[in-house]
Amino acid sequence: MTAITLPHYLVVSAALFSLGMLGILTRRNAVNVLMGVELVLNSANLNLVAFSRFGPGNLNGQLFAVFVIVIAAAEVAVALAIVLTLYRLRRTPNLDEADILKG
Amino acid sequence: MPIGAVVFWILALVTVGSAAVVVLSRSLIYSAFALLFTFFGVAGLYVLLGADFLAATQLLIYVGGILVLLLFGVMLTHRIYDLDLRSEVTQPLAGWLIAVGLFASLTAIAVQTPWAAGAPRSPAPTTRTIGEMFMGPFLLPFEAASILLLVALMGAAMIVRRKKDA
Repeated sequence: MTAITLPHYLVVSAALFSLGMLGILTRRNAVNVLMGVELVLNSANLNLVAFSRFGPGNLNGQLFAVFVIVIAAAEVAVALAIVLTLYRLRRTPNLDEADILKG
Repeated sequence: MPIGAVVFWILALVTVGSAAVVVLSRSLIYSAFALLFTFFGVAGLYVLLGADFLAATQLLIYVGGILVLLLFGVMLTHRIYDLDLRSEVTQPLAGWLIAVGLFASLTAIAVQTPWAAGAPRSPAPTTRTIGEMFMGPFLLPFEAASILLLVALMGAAMIVRRKKDA
């Protein structure tokens, strides 16, 4: 077994990204879709930190990851507000029943 | 096998396995609790990568903030006596095709590309450097992020506000 290098982390991150994308695409419940979005953001962070570790000798990648975490926090707060409003309006958390705009 | 490799494989298994539970489990509560283990696994991988500040941030914000918010979302969007919180699956075939294709192509890219990766640096404390970078060359994005957080806070409060006259 060889030592752990950059591609190992990239493959783990790719698995996280694909699973998150699967959750976004196949789930009807809006909260479950948000969980998929969180998985995708975590995989992006893992990539950034891995490149920062094995790449040039500065911490720019980790700094970007901090910004991604900040934006993820803002995103989940606003998205949950929208989901709660949708639930109050339509009595359903399912995304495919939010079709008021459909003619 | 060196001890670092063993720890990496365990953490990778925990992370990807619990992420699979998040996506595939039918129960929303199981999904939320599996997400907890995914966040812990990613934080462990950060520690392996020498990012101590980020690992602590991950635990504080993701586990302490985002996961609790998601649990609130689960509880508030279902009637409280509704014991089995189910989440149905839609368009499974296309979703699986896209996810498997994405994973295959991303893995091929990660494995085949000759990354210009040198030897990893020896782990050192990162908090001081990150703080100095925030207060120095990255001051403008730092302030922009703080304004974004303020706007998101006010926006979320505005959106969920019950309108009295509506």
